[in-house]
Amino acid sequence: MTRLNLAFLHSRIRVEEKLLIEALQTRQVTVKPIDIRDIVFDPQLAGNWKQFDLILDRCIAHGQALAVTAVLECMGCTCVNRLAVTRLCGNKLETSLALIAHGVPTLPIRLAVSPESALLAIEELGYPVVLKPVTGSWGRLLAKINDRDAAEAVLEHKSVLGSVQHHTFYVQPFVRKRNFDIRVFVIGGETICAVKRTSDHWITNTARGATTSNYPLSDALTELCNKASAAVGGGVLAIDVFETEGGELLVNEINSTMEFRNSIAVTGVNIPDRFIDYLFVAADHAHSVASSTEAIS
Amino acid sequence: MSTANCIECDASVVLGDDVVIGEIVSCVECGIDLEVTSVDPLAVELAPEVEEDWGE
Repeated sequence: MTRLNLAFLHSRIRVEEKLLIEALQTRQVTVKPIDIRDIVFDPQLAGNWKQFDLILDRCIAHGQALAVTAVLECMGCTCVNRLAVTRLCGNKLETSLALIAHGVPTLPIRLAVSPESALLAIEELGYPVVLKPVTGSWGRLLAKINDRDAAEAVLEHKSVLGSVQHHTFYVQPFVRKRNFDIRVFVIGGETICAVKRTSDHWITNTARGATTSNYPLSDALTELCNKASAAVGGGVLAIDVFETEGGELLVNEINSTMEFRNSIAVTGVNIPDRFIDYLFVAADHAHSVASSTEAIS
Repeated sequence: MSTANCIECDASVVLGDDVVIGEIVSCVECGIDLEVTSVDPLAVELAPEVEEDWGE
């Protein structure tokens, strides 16, 4: 494809969206930024949406991204990431299940739907554990639980004060990972670079103040992340990996609307450019599939 | 450079030419987050609070 006609869906604009839009303007791309908050979507009226070769979803709210990409895929549009990928990655439980189903090394989890069974799960895993909401990002509402008193308190608070999504209890053992985790960028099934996110806090999100430095890719890390990407359906992904004290690599979470502002300079990899390279590949693939379908029919 | 006034404290908010609609900026006087709703002329509103499903 020589020139890409791209719809750029967004709501709040982060640094990443600005970096992508700037990079898109230097490429053979006609880009139309669309604030989804201004749009009414009619699934039975594809209309102007079909003019785009590709729809790039950069919505900051997961629920909105799911709804909008569902409607657009129903119209026959090609979205990056695909709805199925966004749905899997936006839900920690479904991500864990996909990784387990595909034999990708990941943290053990327990799932419980009552505070009583959640307490049993926590005691079975052994303290400390981490209790997470199944949706959410930036390290919000994670609870590291060190003993039974804390477990009982947190479970009661979530049951009484939390919205219904907090009545599903997703529990992981706390992984002693020294003071860093690894954020790995995988685009189109290819692992392109990684950063080490270091923090004195047990939560190592950069949104919570962790600092980044380059983390050289090893064969083992590349293989792990390529497999993890395939397990959730590929696309443009940021994969969070823990390195245990024993040196084992475990996939923790996968992000489908990745943030990368702190990872370009330290890795020396132009992540926005690689991202855009993939958009051309995805659009070409979509055109090939469409052409084949037309030929068959 | 363009200028608007903070919704909260009325201080001048000066932004560069690369500002885009939907971008979040902080008022240097009161620190509140503002969302750019127009670039020509520059206009800002209070930014929405972070919600539970926001992020990556």
